[in-house]
Amino acid sequence: MLTAPVPADNQRPPAAASKRMLVWRRFTRHRLAVAGLAITALLAFVSLFGEFFAPYSAEYYRADYAYAPPQRVRLLDGGWNPHAYGYTSTADPETFEVVWDVDTSVKIPLGFFVRGESYELLGLVESDIHFFGPRDPDAAAPVYLLGADRNGHDLLSRIIVGTRVSMSIGLVAVALAFLLGVVVGSVSGAIGGWVDSLLQRIGEGVLSLPTLPLWLGLSAALPPTWDPLKRYVAISAILAMTAWTTLARAVRSRFLSLREEDFVRAAYVDGARLPRIVFRHMLPSFSSHLIAALTLSVPATVLAETSLSFLGLGLQPPVVSLGVLLHDAENIRVVTSAPWLLLPGVVLVAAVLALNVVGDGLRDAVDPYQAGRP
Amino acid sequence: MTLDPSAERLEPKAESDVLLRIRDLRTHFASSDGVVRAVEGVDLDVRKGRTLCVVGESGCGKSATALSVLQLVAPAGRIVSGTVEWRPDTAAPFVDLASVAPRSDALRRVRGGEIGMIFQEPSASLSPMYTVGQQLVEAIRLHRPVDEGQARNVAIAKLQQVGIPDPQRRMESYPFEMSGGMCQRVMISIALSCNPALLIADEPTTSLDVTTQARILGLLERLRDESGMAMLFITHDLGVVAEIADDVVVMYLGTVAERGRVDDVFYDPKHPYTRALLRSIPGAVGAVGDRLPTIEGAVPHALHRPAGCPFVARCAHAIPGLCDTIAPPVATFADGHETACHLYDAAVGPAPGPPDHHVVGVAVAGPRSRRAPDAPPIMRVRDLATHFPVRHGFLNRTVGHVRAVDGVDLTIHAHQALGLVGESGCGKTTLGRSLAGMLEPTRGVIEYECADGSRVDIAQQNRRQLRRFRGEIRVIFQDPFSSLNPRMTVWQIVGEPLRNYRIASGSEVEDRVSAMLTKVGLRPDHMSRYPHAFSGGERQRINIARALITDPRLVVADEPVSALDVSVRAQILNLLADLKADLDLAYLLISHDMSVVEFLCDRVAVMYLGTLVEVGDTDALFRAPRHPYTELLLSAVPKPDPRASDRARRAKTVADDLPDPSNPPPGCRFHTRCAYVRDALCRTDAPLLRPTAERHASACHYAEELALGQDRLAAGGAGVEPVR
Repeated sequence: MLTAPVPADNQRPPAAASKRMLVWRRFTRHRLAVAGLAITALLAFVSLFGEFFAPYSAEYYRADYAYAPPQRVRLLDGGWNPHAYGYTSTADPETFEVVWDVDTSVKIPLGFFVRGESYELLGLVESDIHFFGPRDPDAAAPVYLLGADRNGHDLLSRIIVGTRVSMSIGLVAVALAFLLGVVVGSVSGAIGGWVDSLLQRIGEGVLSLPTLPLWLGLSAALPPTWDPLKRYVAISAILAMTAWTTLARAVRSRFLSLREEDFVRAAYVDGARLPRIVFRHMLPSFSSHLIAALTLSVPATVLAETSLSFLGLGLQPPVVSLGVLLHDAENIRVVTSAPWLLLPGVVLVAAVLALNVVGDGLRDAVDPYQAGRP
Repeated sequence: MTLDPSAERLEPKAESDVLLRIRDLRTHFASSDGVVRAVEGVDLDVRKGRTLCVVGESGCGKSATALSVLQLVAPAGRIVSGTVEWRPDTAAPFVDLASVAPRSDALRRVRGGEIGMIFQEPSASLSPMYTVGQQLVEAIRLHRPVDEGQARNVAIAKLQQVGIPDPQRRMESYPFEMSGGMCQRVMISIALSCNPALLIADEPTTSLDVTTQARILGLLERLRDESGMAMLFITHDLGVVAEIADDVVVMYLGTVAERGRVDDVFYDPKHPYTRALLRSIPGAVGAVGDRLPTIEGAVPHALHRPAGCPFVARCAHAIPGLCDTIAPPVATFADGHETACHLYDAAVGPAPGPPDHHVVGVAVAGPRSRRAPDAPPIMRVRDLATHFPVRHGFLNRTVGHVRAVDGVDLTIHAHQALGLVGESGCGKTTLGRSLAGMLEPTRGVIEYECADGSRVDIAQQNRRQLRRFRGEIRVIFQDPFSSLNPRMTVWQIVGEPLRNYRIASGSEVEDRVSAMLTKVGLRPDHMSRYPHAFSGGERQRINIARALITDPRLVVADEPVSALDVSVRAQILNLLADLKADLDLAYLLISHDMSVVEFLCDRVAVMYLGTLVEVGDTDALFRAPRHPYTELLLSAVPKPDPRASDRARRAKTVADDLPDPSNPPPGCRFHTRCAYVRDALCRTDAPLLRPTAERHASACHYAEELALGQDRLAAGGAGVEPVR
């Protein structure tokens, strides 16, 4: 009598797909999101190993090549021999406009995996191999595929490095905001009462401030003597200060709806204390939603950093970010004569769009109300 | 009896009466795991003026069949083959609805115009943004060439017809201002607004209280008799079938297992599935001894449809080599009674003749081994009240209190099961949670007798002190799906209390969890699985294992089987009964289902609007209730016995809904709905719960004088008298 009969259907195999598998399956059904993920991954990969992929370092410059337009790569020269030609620059005597002419006498052979400036990959591996570049590291003329800025830096190399800075500051700021948001949201949702009211009013207060003036004020208050790393962390913290509120609200609302679930009541009856209920029982059941919300807030933060730096109040040269690069293009005269300086903006738009569609796709994939739609 | 208009309905009608003729319907759903064949070759006929009930457990394709008629299946689903022939009256030619384009005018004319439909969740089927009147007028004007004013008049007449008091005023109400029963009445009035020839009702009373259900069933039956329409009624509840059906179709896994007139199916069931279903209903049929007969396992998922007979894996009469390979042929009996089973196949030889031929009303409820009454009390509750503040406005001012529990005296004895019954909203869940220490009561004493004999007032303990008792007083939750954390394995879920109360640690946890899983009928080697890998019944076993792992003395079970299918429900009830006996548990079993309480409980307490109105031994209380409310509850339970269901008794049930618990009526709280209300005494003086007989107490001024429950016995509905 002690042992009840084992139900017959107990022997059937358990449902095969885990929740993660199901989310991934739904995500891959979203074509645009998959494309976005591919673009994001490509950008992340290239910029992470930026020193390798960039033909020059961000600091390399040739003053005589300031505002040099993008150079064309020619692949054939009586056979497979990729090369570019150098430039001669002459100033128009009347307008003082610099005119660039292709100088076919200076031929710069190009190649893959060539030796160039030495660098430390991820601060670990020392190397001087670049993905591509002039075969002769001491070539007479540089090869600037996307042109040069006003100091004669290679724009391509700087975009690669700048993308890394911009995307990483987005991630760091969102990580900070996430930490703050989850803690505040959990406390608010799990404890409730006047603590909840107080935290929510603070969040609403922050939300009601216009963000741009707030950022401007805070970053203007940063001591100009700080070194780039300190400044980098400080800017991330400033961006996180406004981003946490929306996350905290999302976390809190999830908590409020979960609190009424029977399994949370059961955990309470089972003697679990509050921290265990919050972190062991409740948070895991909406972690996927948090990840989706997080992915969606990364592009916003990337944009925020860019606008700050564009206004000259975010990161400062010599640090390179997409915003710092765009700072050069704030002048209409520059833009008309050297339109390639807007290219960092193109990369920015691509990155933000890609991150946005990934976030959208992820949100739809974890949304149970979308489940079951083929 | 010959004058009874219902008598002629029992006569089989000729083919010429058929309005809806479904032949070989197959509705399949595309899913990422493959094609789900929800409906797999269903034939059925709905006749004019008759009610066809489609019955079966969940996952049997009942709803998919009903939705296929009007091509309303969800986008992933599709009618693959078969015909749905329809004619609004017997003179018209048949039209195949399955071949009509889903968005065509022709189909739109049929939907709502010729065929009305009502669904399970009435409040979800009505739009919260529009008043009842607007929604009714829209439905009427879609199908009739009338102007706004005329449509309003029709709408008011329709509301009147479905028994809504003060229909003029109700036209301006929003759905959320009305109770579930009222909303369902409005849904019915919308479905009937264009006088359809057929009403499809998909589990229309499942989410309603028994008392409300009884009234809605009575209403549907009356409307059908008045208008002569046909009805296709989907339900899983055999009691409801017995109440309302003329013809029955029993479905299993997308196919028809048995069909026939309601009397034939109930008194002479042919298919093993029908028999098993009828036997596994607690109470009314009378369980043999202490256990309910059950059907092994659960309905398999339609993806894993077995070869041969779909029921083969759970059938006690399965013939190896035949039933699991060849689909059963249809055997025909008198009066259109058919079943799809090999047992009646002449080629197989003489039918083995199932052992118990008569299922309904024959088995006599033997005296169940109710516990000896002298067990010591384990919990004494005195004047317990739990109020919830009603907050309003910007500053959250408290404007009143919902008196969910308002002065309850109750004693729970050790080793006894106490049933707590009442309609939803009467406060039984709040009472259970207060006793389990999950809610802080407003006032009162909950005296708990510890294992060492000392007495503690649970109501006075703070959270920290309460932890001591949480291992001894445990809770079984209602919903097996939401009460298990989807992100934890069974091992973690069941072991959680051991870990938190430091009862065991390390490998001892594993040993105890594994022993407990075996005890509740689960395989211990499944303990590393997540809840989603288990069926509803198995999840409820996990739930029970979690409650019992701490060796409790008192278990509060809040509707432990109400979310389960009939056959699984019987398994879980047996398990609960066995565990009670084996582990010497005391139960507080909260349920709205009288038959569950009757099967499992030694004593019963009836709750109404925050107070107890009657307490007594189960047998005595069910046989001779001493409070009009108890009688109302008992008479509202549909009995799975078509002949015992006196169709007149529902007229007695009152039409009012539960009064507002934040402002209970003065005097006897039940006087607004009581059929026996007498004089000023009932309306002014609140009766106290007082002893009326030995071990029996009632809160009615006239408990001794009223002759309650007599008509029940006369109708044979108590399940104690054999019908044949």
